[in-house]
Order: sequence, then structure tokens, then C-alpha cells
Amino acid sequence: MFETVIGLEVHVQLNTKTKLFCSCPTSFDARPNAHTCPTCLALPGALPVLNQEVLHKAIMFGTAIDATINRTSFFDRKSYFYPDSPSAFQITQLYTPVVEHGKLEITFEDGATKTIRINRAHIEADAGKNLHDGAISKVDLNRAGTPLLEIVSEPDMRSATEVTLYLKKLHSIVRYLDISDANMQEGSFRVDVNVSIRPKGDTQLYTRVEIKNINSFRFIEKAIEMEVGRQIEAWEDGVYAREIVQETRLFDQAKQETRSMRGKEEAADYRYFPEPDLLPAYIDDAMFAKYSQIPELPDQKRNRFVSEYGMSLYNADVITSMLETAHYFEAMMREGISAKNAVSWLTVELQGRLKGGMTPAQSPIDALTLATLIKRIEDNTISGKAAKEVLDYLLEHHTLDIDGTIEKLGLKQNSDTGAIEAIIDVILAANPDKIAEYKAGKEKMFGFFVGQTLKASQGSANPQMVNDLLKAKLS
Amino acid sequence: MMTLKEALNATPAQLEALKAEIRAGVAAQKALNAYIDVENVGAGVPILIKDNIQVKDWSITSGSAILKGYIAPYNATVIDKMLGANLSPFGRANMDEFAMGSSTESSCYGPTLNPRNPDYVPGGSSGGSAAAVAAGLAVAALGSDTGGSIRQPAAFCGVVGMKPTYGRVSRYGLGAYASSLDQIGPITQNVEDAAILYDILAGHDPMDSTSANIDYTPIAPRLDATRKLTIAILPDYIKDASDDIKAAYHTATQALKAAGHTLVEAKLMDAKYYISAYYVTATAEAATNLARYDTIRYGNQRSANSLQELFIEGRSQGFGEEVKRRIMLGNFVLSSGYYDAYYVKAQKVRHKIQEEYLDIFKHVDLILSPVAPTTAFKFGAKETPLEMYLSDMYTISINLAGLPAIALPIENATSNGMPVGLQLIAKPYDEQTLFDGAFSLETQLKH
Repeated sequence: MFETVIGLEVHVQLNTKTKLFCSCPTSFDARPNAHTCPTCLALPGALPVLNQEVLHKAIMFGTAIDATINRTSFFDRKSYFYPDSPSAFQITQLYTPVVEHGKLEITFEDGATKTIRINRAHIEADAGKNLHDGAISKVDLNRAGTPLLEIVSEPDMRSATEVTLYLKKLHSIVRYLDISDANMQEGSFRVDVNVSIRPKGDTQLYTRVEIKNINSFRFIEKAIEMEVGRQIEAWEDGVYAREIVQETRLFDQAKQETRSMRGKEEAADYRYFPEPDLLPAYIDDAMFAKYSQIPELPDQKRNRFVSEYGMSLYNADVITSMLETAHYFEAMMREGISAKNAVSWLTVELQGRLKGGMTPAQSPIDALTLATLIKRIEDNTISGKAAKEVLDYLLEHHTLDIDGTIEKLGLKQNSDTGAIEAIIDVILAANPDKIAEYKAGKEKMFGFFVGQTLKASQGSANPQMVNDLLKAKLS
Repeated sequence: MMTLKEALNATPAQLEALKAEIRAGVAAQKALNAYIDVENVGAGVPILIKDNIQVKDWSITSGSAILKGYIAPYNATVIDKMLGANLSPFGRANMDEFAMGSSTESSCYGPTLNPRNPDYVPGGSSGGSAAAVAAGLAVAALGSDTGGSIRQPAAFCGVVGMKPTYGRVSRYGLGAYASSLDQIGPITQNVEDAAILYDILAGHDPMDSTSANIDYTPIAPRLDATRKLTIAILPDYIKDASDDIKAAYHTATQALKAAGHTLVEAKLMDAKYYISAYYVTATAEAATNLARYDTIRYGNQRSANSLQELFIEGRSQGFGEEVKRRIMLGNFVLSSGYYDAYYVKAQKVRHKIQEEYLDIFKHVDLILSPVAPTTAFKFGAKETPLEMYLSDMYTISINLAGLPAIALPIENATSNGMPVGLQLIAKPYDEQTLFDGAFSLETQLKH
């Protein structure tokens, strides 16, 4: 009887070479505060200069979500005091963001789709990091001034499932565009969830609560579940107005609950106003034309795989949802193997053998090796069953030598007609009674002959050929 | 004191002697308090630097206790340009704290005196720069002008001070007061020196996004006092000025006529709108520009029980009264619920001011205006902050409109003997005409 209303704010760290407003590098493995300069330290007199690469990536994203791309957008100052913000204000885009009014389609498991509207995507500077070490707090400003694209959805999602589908699709898009590493654990894809509830059928929006600090898809679903539970309980207990206030709550992974970050009376007044140190960000025709040419997106690739390779929508979705997996599959296909084999060996055999959330692209088996293994099935060198043994061996012994492994394990298939015929002849000669039974209509006997032949060949006889030759001889 | 033009032709030995002479003069006139310190970079012509312009390895403090001990790790663009033109940053000039003030009384180093009469303020915020040039303690100086901070002390001390078109001179390395208004400019002994120094400072800088990316043609080599210009005078506008200012305005008008210029009357809106628009805009920007001084990286870190207490304690003790007043004003006008009524409205007024000036410049080359409603006033004469703010009425609209202007001495006031300076104002980027007109007026006044 309640409906959940969810909107998301996703901070995507753009993978530019340098920071948003200075020429410091954006890599993060450096010694603390090594990648800083007067501008990102906000020293007296230092000024910001916009990194044009950020605009390029914003154009790509805006194009991908079919949005309005503002040829002229503006920067604003958002003021707040915190040690990780050296200027004590963040440069962001409040009034006129670079990207507005986009949309993204999510696909449910049953193939149904839903459009989630994206209100805006704006450019802003990241803060540094506070490191707490006992009684001492330290500040590392290597991240300060790194470009972020904050992508704000409309409150169009109604369940944690929709949220997950939206986030996976969004993640997939930014990876396909290669505008971000989008690594949740490393913080380059950060999700804030705005949750409210309302009685089913009501169209009004009630008090939204923002949940921060969630760094995995699993925890997002959990956090939403916990927060919705809290709100419904408050409603049912008649204390909704008092207990559910517009606030920011943190998700505590250990305790599996959300808790208040700051009270309403401490709500920040960010005192936004136009950034006077920067000119408007201007996108000219040449820049727009160049960066609105974007690579194939996940949905396009998925649909193409369905039509081009005849795979199921489900399999196509599995393969295309991660760019690296899609690239892996495409590399396999370049080896001229059948799509059917490629799909099952990629999504079932290889993926099934990987542990701890490892993807095929991260696995020790590269696309060429897996394709070669399939080739050995297709050219009758080994059977499918033997191929599985080979794959197990490769993973276990950290080798990519398929032919050597086949040799070593003695899995090479015998496809010599004469040799197989010779074995069959011996089997048939030894079992005249069984032949009689078979000919009398006991078809099950055929399996007996196949089994005996394979056994006599020590498993090396090509099963298809055994079948064909037996059929010919017994007819 | 030799002029900048002369000094640029001096031998290294002569320059060394000049520097020694300045050091001796600064020591002898310690009470003037124009110099905070006498550091030196390079072997060129010594130029005094306002304490908010970054010089590498110098302690640059913007006249504030909160920045005491801070060592600048880089050069402002203007400093690099000066070093490339055989000019030598030489000494730090006293100033109002964070360039907020009209009298150089709010410096953490104590007030600078007016060399003409020590009972009088030198003006501000670039009071140290103007006083040093007027006292013969500097060949020339750099100042910064957000609402008159170069022109008003120049006028109060009887020297030349010029504010470039917004965007002409890089702000990279200028400790910010109000980013959309600040400009660095020269304070010199005469108009030609101002043009020479301005030529060195001006030009596009990729490090400053608001720096104008347009070709720059040097002015000093083409300086022409004989050009006949059309100059607007403002009979209504000067009604709020003192008799001394009105008398000087008359003198300047006569001189311009005698020099063959055509004078036409023009009108500007009531200056009270300027005050409101300026103090809303400038304080809003200042509140955020000064937020970085949170005492974590600057100032004396104090022990505190919480982060909030650390911020509050440090800032309460590190900033002076006027700076705190403007930070509070700025935060107020930006706060939620007041933004439209104050900041947005101020920007609309600012736009009107720009339009009004550009309309006048459709018909004239220059505008002649007072710099301040009075001559220099005595220490302690302004009892309320608002009185002090009103003394900026003739300078701030030029910053709001982003125009270039130059203040130059006209005569001494009959009432108190203090200098009276007036300013010429030009259209954006037309510094050539500005300097030509000022050079003509200066030449004519010598006759």
C-alpha cells in the first residue's frame, strides 16, 4: 500500500589526464599531496582554468543519454567549510549545467523496459580526502580538483531493483564511452540515494531522505530496504512528520542501518553564486561535432548481437553489460568460431569457473586462448567434454598452451575413419547376440555399441564419427 | 626621485645606488610606514609591490595577521613580466587588510601616513604604494584596484594611479578581494611612467580565465598629448563633492578646453546605487575568496575542541574588524532567501551601470570625474563604516563597469593644502585614449 519513490545522484569521476582547473595529474597512487599546485591548493592569488577535456566527456555523456547539451554553461561557487576543501567552496554548476533533460532506458529480466529521466549532469570539482589516524587528522589533496560529472535522475524509480538496473546501465554507458573508470570501491562512481515513500495512488512527493556512503550495488539495495522500512514504520506509527525530515543519512554497513549525518537545524546553506574567476564554458560547433560522435552503446551492441549472432536477449545482455566482456566476446568472434560456442564457453564454461566476482576479461584466460580451445572442438581435435578438462587444466596450472595440454592429457580425438572402423569391427564381431537384439528392435542397444567403441578407443574416438559409422554398419 | 623612464636607462651601478638610497630613505622615514619590508628580487629598476601580489619566496600577507608567516611559493604573472622587463620587485607596500578600506588604517602593520601631512590618511587600500611614490621612496609601485584602491590613494597623495580595463592585466597571483572587480595597476610619479609600467603589466595570460584574449599594442611609444578628444563632464554628478574638488574640477575643465579638447555635458545615475551594487557584489565575492583562510593551512593554529571551534576561533582572531564585517555582509547577501533580493538585484544594477557608461561612450572619448568627494581626510575622521563606504562613490562604478581609469593630480586644495586628484575614464580596452587624454591634461596643467 506504499510506493517507494527514488531519485539518484551519481558522482562519476572523469578519467581526464589532468585536474578540472589545473594541470596536476589525476592519478591517485602518488604520495599524499604530491599532485598539488597553487590552484588546487587554493593558495592566495591562484586561479582556475577550465580543462577542455572535461567538456568533451560531458558532450559524449549528454549525447549518450539523448540530452540537451548547453553550448554555454556556467560555474557557481558552493560554500562550505571542511578541511578537505582548500578553498572552502566547491566550483560546480547549479544554475546552468552542461547537460540537461536526458533519459536512460532500463530493461527488466522479462524484457520489459522503463525510461528513467535524467534531470541534469553537471561538472564539479572533487574534494581531497581526510585521513584520520587516532587523535590526528591528515589531509591529502591529491584528489582535490579532480573533475566529477554529477548525474542527477528524476525521482522516477520505484524499487531497489529499478535502482540497480539504472545504476548498472549508467555504469555500463560511462564505461562504453570511456569517460570514467567508474570503480565503486575506489570511489570513482559514487551513489547518493534520495528515498521517500507515499501511499499507492498518491501523486504528491513526500519528504526525501538522502543516503550517502554506499559503495556497492548490494549495499544500495540493502540501504534502500532499511530506509524504506524506517519511513513506513514511522508513517504507520503516526510519527512520520516528526521523524522523517529532509536530511542526509549515512548507511552503516556493519550495523545495516541508516543514521543521521546532521540535524535539520544544522542544514548547510551553500550560498551559491556565479563563479567570478571563470568565464562561461563554451562549446563551439567543431567541438560539439567531434565529441557527439560516440562509440556504440550497450543497448545498441546488445541488439546487434541478437540480430547478428542470433543469441538470446538474455545472453546478449550478459555479454554487453560490461564493456570488457563485450570486447572479449568480439575478440573471440574474430577468430572465426561459431557464436553459439563462443557464448556458451564464455558465459557458462569460463564464467562458471571464475570465483570472487572475477570477469572473463580479468581472468588468466584471454579471448584468443578461449577461442582456440573452441576451434579445437570445431575442427574435431578434441571433444567438448575433453575441452572442459583442458580449460580446468589451464586455470589450475596457469598455462595458455592448449595444444600442449591436449597432448599432455592425451585428449586428442581419433577422427581416422579406418581406425575407428577397425575398433567397431572388433566390437561387432564379439557381440553377435547384441546385434540380433538391436536388429529385433531393441534400439537401446545402439548406446551399448557406442559405449564399447569409445571405451575400446580409450575415449579418443570422435563420438560423432562413432555414431555415424555404427549406424552405417548396423543398417 | 628619478622617474621610471629615467631609471630604465640607468646603469646597473646607478640602480644599485638608487636601491641604497631608497633603503636609507625608508629607514629615515620609518614613521610613514609605507613599506612593510624591503626585500629585493633581481638587479633591475626597483618597483614597490603591494602586499597582496605574490612574489616567490616573499612573505605575502595582504596586510592581514591571518597570513603572517605565509611564504608565497610562486610569482604572480605581473611579477614575471616585470622581471622580464628589467624591473625588480623591491619591497612590500602596506595596505588595508585584504584591500578592504579607503585609508590604509586596517593593516595589521599599522597605518601608513600621508607624506604631505602625517595627520591625514594616504587613502587606500594601496596607501603604502601611493605614499611611497609621493614621498620619493619609490620610482613606481604596483597597486590593486577593486573599488578605487589605486586611484583614491593616488589622488590623496598627489601621484598618478591607473586602473586598467578589467581583463587587461592578469590577476594570477593577486590575492583576491573581489574577483570580478580586482585589477592590478601602476602608481607612478607621472602619466608617462604609468603608461610605461602599464605596458609591461598588460597582456593576455592563459593562467587567468578572465584575462582578455585580444591583441595588445604598447601605449607608451605612441603616447600623444596633442590628440583632440571629446570629453564628457558631469555637472550634476559633482554636486556631492566638496568645494575643493569642485574647484579642481573647474581647473581641469579649463585646462582641457585650453588644450583644444571638446567638452560635452553628460549625466550619470545617482551614486547611491553604485554603493549598494558594489558592496553587495564585492562582499559576496570576498566572503568566499577569504573562506580559504580557515586557519588549518594559514595563521596560527590553535587547539580547539572541535573543527567548528577551530574555524571560528582562528578566523575571529586572525581577521580584522573591517574584513569580518565584509565577510558577514557577503555571507548575508548570499544566504538562502536573500540571494535574489541582494545579489541578483545588484547584478542587474551592475548591468545598468555598464549600459549607462557605454551609452555615454557612444558620443565621447573620455569622461572627467572626481576620484573622491573630498581630499584626504584626517585619521579617525570617518566614524562609521558607512561614511567610509560613501567616500568610494566616485570610483566603484568604474570597477562595476570594468572600465579603465586614471587618477592624476590637478592642484592643491585651498582648505587644507592637500592634493586633489581627478580621474579620466575611457571605454573598455581604450587605454591609449585614456593615457593620451591624461598626458594632455598633465602637460596643460604644467603651463
